[in-house]
Amino acid sequence: MGRYIIKKLLISIPVMFGIMLTTFFLLNVIPGDPIALMMKDHISVDVVARVRAQMHLDDPVFIRFFRFLGGALHGDFGISYKLNRPVSYLLATAFPNTLALALSAALVSWIIGIPAGILSAVKRYSLVDNFFMGFSVLGVSMPVFWTGLLFQYIFSLKLHLLPVAGFKGPLYLIMPAIVLGWSSAGTIARLTRSSLLEVMRNDYIRTARAKGLREIAVVVRHALKNSMLPVVTVMALQVSGLLSGAVITESVFGIPGVGRIAVNAIQNRDMPLLQGSVVLTTFLVIIGNLTADIVYSWLDPRIRYGNPEGKK
Amino acid sequence: MSDTQGDTRRETAGLLEIQGLKTQFRTRRGVVPAVDDVSVSVGRGEVVGIVGESGCGKSVTSLSLLGLVTHPGKVVGGSALFDGVDLLTLDNKGIRAIRGRDISMIFQEPMTSLNPVYTVGQQVSECLRSHASGVSRKAARASVEEMFEMVGIPEPRARLDAWPHQLSGGLRQRVMIAMALICKPKLLIADEPTTALDVTIEAQILALMKDLRRDTGTAIMLISHNLGVIAETCDRVYVMYAGRVMEEAEVFELFDSPTHPYTRGLLASMPRIGGERGPRKPLYSIRGNVPDMQQLPKGCRFAPRCDFAMARCVESEPPLLDASHATGNPGGKPHLSRCWLAEASGAGGQQ
Repeated sequence: MGRYIIKKLLISIPVMFGIMLTTFFLLNVIPGDPIALMMKDHISVDVVARVRAQMHLDDPVFIRFFRFLGGALHGDFGISYKLNRPVSYLLATAFPNTLALALSAALVSWIIGIPAGILSAVKRYSLVDNFFMGFSVLGVSMPVFWTGLLFQYIFSLKLHLLPVAGFKGPLYLIMPAIVLGWSSAGTIARLTRSSLLEVMRNDYIRTARAKGLREIAVVVRHALKNSMLPVVTVMALQVSGLLSGAVITESVFGIPGVGRIAVNAIQNRDMPLLQGSVVLTTFLVIIGNLTADIVYSWLDPRIRYGNPEGKK
Repeated sequence: MSDTQGDTRRETAGLLEIQGLKTQFRTRRGVVPAVDDVSVSVGRGEVVGIVGESGCGKSVTSLSLLGLVTHPGKVVGGSALFDGVDLLTLDNKGIRAIRGRDISMIFQEPMTSLNPVYTVGQQVSECLRSHASGVSRKAARASVEEMFEMVGIPEPRARLDAWPHQLSGGLRQRVMIAMALICKPKLLIADEPTTALDVTIEAQILALMKDLRRDTGTAIMLISHNLGVIAETCDRVYVMYAGRVMEEAEVFELFDSPTHPYTRGLLASMPRIGGERGPRKPLYSIRGNVPDMQQLPKGCRFAPRCDFAMARCVESEPPLLDASHATGNPGGKPHLSRCWLAEASGAGGQQ
């Protein structure tokens, strides 16, 4: 088990490197001069040239890449052009907000999505099934900015139950978590339902019933664990996605998170900040996938023991 | 266990009496009568075989007993008295108490019949613990180990913590048998228990089942398409075709003097070394195909494929007739055949 994790971690090193390399060069070829954007029009050409030289922006791209890489290894991602503060400081301030939002949204989506999927599968084609599947189609298809505004209108402006926007405490988290969680819950519910129905057709389910187990024990003990593999994959991807910034939700609810930082950095051609956010995102996705891998091997002993039969 | 149920049970001669069982599958294209008026009885400690081609309804018969027929299948008629209780009228809770405790099943595919995410020890002890309340985890583990030993699993203690994927097909089937027997059932239903196994393992498993019958007195309903397996193991045999019982006889009598043309066809299509056909002759096969269960012939269901079919066979379907006269063994154990020929050669019949 320990070896398995170490192997996965070692594989992620070249992945990190590749992502850094790619983004660095891509950011170099996009049009728009950061200094010009920073200084606006009223600065002379000489000054721009001097600032560029000061920031080593005229050096060859390879040299700049390795300078960046060297810094990154020490946790130094440079100074934001626009905000004039260390990138690591800016990200470290924004990340807790994003983490709180992402985890609470994920929690909402699991608490709603998994039971809804189980009920729909067990009571297939019933009213319950139709209700939950309609509910999840709504969640998936309604854009978050619209649901967000709708919730703000109903729960803040009309009912005065929750704060409209901002981020000053747990109360501010409720609406964005539900709005964001609902859209993920739809996917999870559908996937849980279809995966569970698939597993319920297996011979070992018939064995479990022939043992005289109650139907709930058959579903929860014998079918659910087997059916969670694809669901865990999607849950991990969703959490990684949410952690790297739910830009729209953060904007609608005015939460100072990683997503907003990244979008602003793109608009300002704030290379160091953007580079830093990409590295953070990559890291989170890798951690997410690693967690999924660990959960897999916990769920299915065939993966734990490296049996090829497990990959059916 | 029967004494706990009181005196409400009707005393029956056999352990299980299935009468006129009908199970249908309602599909979009129409109703498929998978099991159509089937009557089977199993005595205490008896090994009864049900033999027939794929799709003749032999597995559905056994699944119907325990209420394990899945949608769109449904039991629509008949009764199945088990120790005097009609299984088909029990509610969910009632049938659950029977499943795995009084009647247990083993299935064809040992590879897929065990849950891959639990150890085999967990899966067997689950069966015990769900029926016998108050059995501690430790006690259950000890009984499972004992059971593993009994069904011939080497190193039973170490195997308790094995995952299904770490065991061979034969061992997995032994685990299934251990699971089926852990609650000491009165009836074991074995649905093609050796079909997925090698021939040597098949022989071992059949020998094991015979030993267990001898040692525990468990009655066995053995379902197979393999006449060799049936001949090896059973006391009495039912031959099924297109959802109906075609012939019923003691095993030796059936193999020595089959009366129904279908049974004869089945026996003739068994490959034999140095048989009367000679080595170069092609293997006999019954001509034609199994009928479409949605468009069954009006008369005898086997008539379209039968070499002996008469005008009467196409017109009306024969009941199960007493064929013991035809075999020169009148007055012995019942030998019934659903064929007009049995009537022609013998005396009266049984409806």
